Amino acid sequence: MIVLDARGLRCPLPVIRLASLARDSSPGDEVLVRWTDPAAEHDIPAWARMRGHTVLETTPPRPLPDDPLPHGAGPDAPAHQASGSTLVRLGDR
Amino acid sequence: MQIAIIRAGTGPGRGRAAGAASVARVKRTYLDAGGRAPLHPAGLAAQAAAFDDGWADPRRLHAEGRRARMLLDAAREVLAEGLACRPEEVHLGPSHTVALQHGLLGIARGRRRAGSSVVLSAVERAALHAGAQLVAERHGSWTRPARPGHDKDEEAPARPGPVPVDRLGRVDVAAWRAAVGLPGVALAVLQHANGEVGTVQPLAAAYDATQSAGVPLLVDAGSSVGHQEIPPAWDAVVADAGDWGAPTPLGVLAVRTRVRMAPDWPEDEDRWFPGGVSVPAALGAAAALRATLADREEADLHRRRLVGRLRDEVAHRVPDVDVVGDPEDRLPHVVTFSCLYVDGEALVTELDRRGFAVGSGSACTSSSLEPSHVLAAMGALTHGNVRVTLPREVPEAEVDRFADELPEAVAQVRRALGVQGL
Repeated sequence: MIVLDARGLRCPLPVIRLASLARDSSPGDEVLVRWTDPAAEHDIPAWARMRGHTVLETTPPRPLPDDPLPHGAGPDAPAHQASGSTLVRLGDR
Repeated sequence: MQIAIIRAGTGPGRGRAAGAASVARVKRTYLDAGGRAPLHPAGLAAQAAAFDDGWADPRRLHAEGRRARMLLDAAREVLAEGLACRPEEVHLGPSHTVALQHGLLGIARGRRRAGSSVVLSAVERAALHAGAQLVAERHGSWTRPARPGHDKDEEAPARPGPVPVDRLGRVDVAAWRAAVGLPGVALAVLQHANGEVGTVQPLAAAYDATQSAGVPLLVDAGSSVGHQEIPPAWDAVVADAGDWGAPTPLGVLAVRTRVRMAPDWPEDEDRWFPGGVSVPAALGAAAALRATLADREEADLHRRRLVGRLRDEVAHRVPDVDVVGDPEDRLPHVVTFSCLYVDGEALVTELDRRGFAVGSGSACTSSSLEPSHVLAAMGALTHGNVRVTLPREVPEAEVDRFADELPEAVAQVRRALGVQGL
């Protein structure tokens, strides 16, 4: 499984990062996207539907105070912003 | 201090922008008529005349006050005719939002012994979701006092969440029927049509369910009155004068006399909207509605044709686009779509630069950072969203020009984000 850390990125960047990763991966690969932007919760499934991928699981945001953001995760994210995740299985498109 | 108004273009609100010089040089096309349509000339004329004859306070007993009262009553009659109800059922408030709030709070208070739950669809306006929450907080604790020996939490019936919608934005009628049948429901709220995506709701079926359950139905017709005939399937209905081109925003609340309602605010001579409304504004709204309804079918055919064509063109000419809402059962003037890998604010700004005023439900366009709850509930893409609402007299050539320029505008925003070959 590939993990994509999109925490701190504002819409539409999480979906753009996911799409570039999908382009360079193989059908059947599973990607776990972690995000803080609330739009990602809805937009990743919408992207998957439009592009023939499958969402396996969505975990809604919850605060993770002991989970610091990685370097380079973007300037907009407060340190304790609630983060969620979405697990996607890539299709063959 | 002096106040000067410098007017650009041919008339107030007639689709010409009076703004920055850089904007004025581009030909402007106003495609964001939802909730604020270009002003109808008939409404403007009536309102101007009413400033001469109806400026006085209609609550005063002298000749000037009585004249204002007569004009206000006449406006109410015309609005009642437009909503196919009786004049005494019509109440006028300062805005659509306040009319929705007072309709919801007033009916909820009148029904507080029945319960404190408000059933509403997931795609109602934010003001209604907030209102439902307020009702639960205000009336929730004392409508069902805990009996000795019973735990209060266990006794309180489960509060229904928002009723889900399908991919087209249409409310799930079976889930709606189940929700309104739960114990403790004060009222139900459903829009006639969704102004954000254009989908018309199955109002007759929803009303049948609320009637069977003995629950009053408040209908938000703010996006449809003036554009789409509303069936008489409501106990209370709210309409938005700004949406049909009234010169001054005004909310219209019509409540069937059989509905039990009580003010949830201090008593006032104007019971439902304390302080009343401006009489000239009421005249302007009434005249604009009458004129709008007089040639509605013709205007709708014109716009419905353009909307159908625009939906097809967007789907074919813009790559990676999600055209949302019901393709058939929809408002005649709304087209909504979302573009993958696009920042909604950047797209609205780029279209504005090219002379087009459009709306958007993308989070990137609001300070809240929350994406449109309507698009989210439908499972539609929330980013890169554009909402086009055609004014009645929009020239065909301008809609074509929009369809011609849109693909390049989207491509430009994608290039700026470095999105290529995704």
